[in-house]
Amino acid sequence: MKKLAMAKTSLLLLLSACLLAGCDKRFILLHPKGPVAQKEYDLIVLSAILCAIVVIPVLALLVFIVIRYRDKPGNKATYRPEWNESKWLEVFWWGIPIVIIGVLGFYTAKTTFALVKPPVTNVKPVTIQVTSLDWKWLFQYPDQKIATVNYAEIPAGVPVQFVLTSDAPMNSFWVPQLGGQEYTMPGMAMRLWLQADKPGTYYGSGANFTGKGFAHMKFKVVAKPQSEFLAWTKQVKKTAPALTKEGYEKLARQGLAEKTAFSSYPAGLFEEIVDKNGGKYMSHEMKHGHGHMHQHDEN
Amino acid sequence: MKDFFVTGDPLIYGADAAIVVTVVAIVFVLTYFKKWRWLWREWITTVDHKKIGIMYIICSLLMLFRGGVDAILMRLQLAMPDTKFLESQHYNEIFTTHGTIMILFMAMPFMFALFNWVIPLQIGARDVAFPYLNALSFWLFFFGALLFNISFVIGGSPDAGWLAYPPLSELSHSPGVGENFYIWGIQISGIGSLASGINFLVTILKMRAPGMKLMKMPLFSWSVLASCITIIFTFPVLTVTLALLFVDRFFGAHIFTMDGGGNPMMYVNLIWMWGHPEVYIVVLPAFGIYSEVVSTFSKKKIFGYTSMVFSMMIISVLSYFTWVHHFFTMGAGADVNAFFAITTMAIGIPTGVKVFNWLFTMFRGRIRMTQPMLWTLAFVPCFLVGGATGVMLAVAPADYQYHNSYFLIAHFHQTLIGGVVFGYLAGLYYWWPKIFGFKLNDRLGKWAFWLWNIGFYVCFMPQYALGFMGMTRRVYTYGWDMGWAPYNLVSTVGAFLMGIGFVVQGWQIIYSIKRGERDLTGDPWNGRTLEWSIPSPPPVYNFAKIPEASEQDAWWEMKKKGIKPTATSYEAIHMPKNSGIPFLMSVCWFIAGFGLTFHWIWIGLAGLAGVGICLLARSFQYKTEYYIPAKEVSRIEAMYRRGA
Ligand code: HEM
Ligand SMILES: [Cu+2]
Ligand SMILES: [Cu+2]
Repeated sequence: MKKLAMAKTSLLLLLSACLLAGCDKRFILLHPKGPVAQKEYDLIVLSAILCAIVVIPVLALLVFIVIRYRDKPGNKATYRPEWNESKWLEVFWWGIPIVIIGVLGFYTAKTTFALVKPPVTNVKPVTIQVTSLDWKWLFQYPDQKIATVNYAEIPAGVPVQFVLTSDAPMNSFWVPQLGGQEYTMPGMAMRLWLQADKPGTYYGSGANFTGKGFAHMKFKVVAKPQSEFLAWTKQVKKTAPALTKEGYEKLARQGLAEKTAFSSYPAGLFEEIVDKNGGKYMSHEMKHGHGHMHQHDEN
Repeated sequence: MKDFFVTGDPLIYGADAAIVVTVVAIVFVLTYFKKWRWLWREWITTVDHKKIGIMYIICSLLMLFRGGVDAILMRLQLAMPDTKFLESQHYNEIFTTHGTIMILFMAMPFMFALFNWVIPLQIGARDVAFPYLNALSFWLFFFGALLFNISFVIGGSPDAGWLAYPPLSELSHSPGVGENFYIWGIQISGIGSLASGINFLVTILKMRAPGMKLMKMPLFSWSVLASCITIIFTFPVLTVTLALLFVDRFFGAHIFTMDGGGNPMMYVNLIWMWGHPEVYIVVLPAFGIYSEVVSTFSKKKIFGYTSMVFSMMIISVLSYFTWVHHFFTMGAGADVNAFFAITTMAIGIPTGVKVFNWLFTMFRGRIRMTQPMLWTLAFVPCFLVGGATGVMLAVAPADYQYHNSYFLIAHFHQTLIGGVVFGYLAGLYYWWPKIFGFKLNDRLGKWAFWLWNIGFYVCFMPQYALGFMGMTRRVYTYGWDMGWAPYNLVSTVGAFLMGIGFVVQGWQIIYSIKRGERDLTGDPWNGRTLEWSIPSPPPVYNFAKIPEASEQDAWWEMKKKGIKPTATSYEAIHMPKNSGIPFLMSVCWFIAGFGLTFHWIWIGLAGLAGVGICLLARSFQYKTEYYIPAKEVSRIEAMYRRGA
């Protein structure tokens, strides 16, 4: 039985090692850099603690029982082969998980509703239209009329409304340090609010498998102070080439792409992508986030 | 025809050679030892649930091997950043076949093997309710699995993930035949699974020994009942979903593509309406096994029997109402997500209750560390953590961060390996002596046990960490930049440890066939339920005299009161006759599936016509049963008694 107990202890050690390792910067989920990611992080911590409250005592109980009630000669522990019921014990262990799940369920529902809204409401949000392609990401800035491939720049401290679609199989847009992912689906435009509190460069990737080049669908989101962000958009406007219709078609073909910026794109490109992939069949409501997400007028 | 055989990869040429050599060897051995007739009479045409169970186990272990090799290949590719071992296409095929095989062609047949071995014996019946249908279920599974597996060397494997989401799995993005193999392999075996679900449900409801009220029934039988109900409600959903996908692919419809007015989200919903209950279909029987094992090896009645029954039924009902947790991130409203988050967490409640009841069955008992008990004890902590991470995943906003990451991968492997595989292995070690008449070697078994267990944690704990580091599932390669390398390397080491554990188990079986401890009593573990009241291996008819079972743990009570299961006089026993039709009909299904996979419509139709002919032929068979005369029964029984 020593062995099993040892396995248990080493498991606990391993778990705590993992927790300690959480301080390591590479554990990006544990280092949220914006209000959305922060709320999700808080729930991760809360749920982990609530689970630990059940799991750790039960593990200890298991070890105790297995050691104490082993069938070996001379074991003096009580042996009651017919004892198989206890109302109070049963009430107790139906009760514990019910309470825990109750608490967790309450906070889950609360945050789920909260995350539908922009993280802060006193700042004018920025909109970025995201299209997942085989196998690269296209970002369009409808307010600035510029576009980028495989990277995006955003102003820090400003809520960003990402509008997601796909001109390829369904993918998922994920920038862990700013917040959780959401699917990009052909023919649909989904909304995802994210925000970076501080300037920095954040890792992003496609999370839902789309075939051969999927593993290479990584991108960086660069958050800059508002003024630098504006300067960047101006610079792109001035120096980058334009994205033409043919240019887009070439970009949309299967293959990988380098980071690029474009000073303009064909008017209505995003809406056209949504429509041609079936958006035209969707009711307006469905197309825009299944009728539940916050509506936003694109101009 | 140039696309017919898969070409260009040395791994696959190796497999081609291995397959040819194996087939030639099998044909040679059968011919040389004149065993063809034996094979046909004793196995291919059998309707005996015990033999069908053995065939299921053999297939399932072979599939565990194939799925395991897939896993090792993937882990080799991921061991280090930028590895050039597998290219992306090959990696994508491997994770697709790995997932599909492990769930549908390993876990499901393993589960049906245990149903077949145990259910009739445990409830005091002579066979299942529909023995002929039972044989048909097995052969449908067999040929479905065969069809799926040949895609490896003929035509090309599916590569769109184990649930084949459209539009990736549609003609537009998967023009090859791989997805067709996927559809038909699963459809054909799926019909068999549905039939088994009905068969065992009826068996349990109608064929219990006199006196065995439902609330006196052993918990494994209860778990099978719960699992079968779930099968019956959900497998039709799978069949319809895949049929619609086939309509898209074969007739160019747009049911699941947006262009043309269909909707892929419909597919995602439908496939998980089957997919989520499916994971409970496989884990519920494992819960049943743990209950039997814990009680037997603690020499104590199961604690909280009524709670155990209710919790299983609650799980089986709740499992229909949680499917959306597999795609919280598809953009349903906050109300929908909150609802499904809470239903999902709620499953943790009855599951937690079961854990407490297992613990308190051991409490004040006398625990024997046999092989089945070891796997059960290993299951408890593993499943606790797996269930806890499940609850964490159920927190919808948090799932936006875990979804599609290695955290998710670690969660479901922990529940599927720690819950399902450990459970089935516990069941295998527990009932093996009943079916084969000898125990599996203890020393080798312990080696395998520790290799599997240590290997498991070494392999999957780092994957939780990788999830927190942002590593997504289904990537065939990654770079040095994110710091994922060390965790992946450790994980690969763990995979190898489990692989070695499996090899040791293979050796354990071979070794024990020659040297295993023989069981002459029929009751090697000092068991509590009816299957231990008859000899091992049991005679064809199982029970010479149908036992009375008016108490829970019927056999235990009989032993306590000194009642012997033997009789002085016997009656003739009514038994089902063997039949070759299940096999032939399944061959026809295979031909049909193969034809439709390659769009060879005439072959497909010919196969379907064959199925129709088999159905007709069966309906004109009148003499499908026979009697074993009373004299023969008493001769067999006397023989057993002399042996014991
Ligand atoms: C307390 C019990 C459990 C809870 C609360 C739970 C919760 C979840 C949730 C929320 C997900 C979706 C996560 C995501 O995709 O982001 C998930 C995935 C999964 N779970 Fe569980 N789970 C539980 C038990 C189990 C059991 C018992 C099994 C199997 C026997 C299982 C197998 C799976 C599988 C296979 C997947 C992922 C499939 C895929 O995406 O390919 N889970 N679980
Ligand atoms: Cu949608
Ligand atoms: Cu699920």
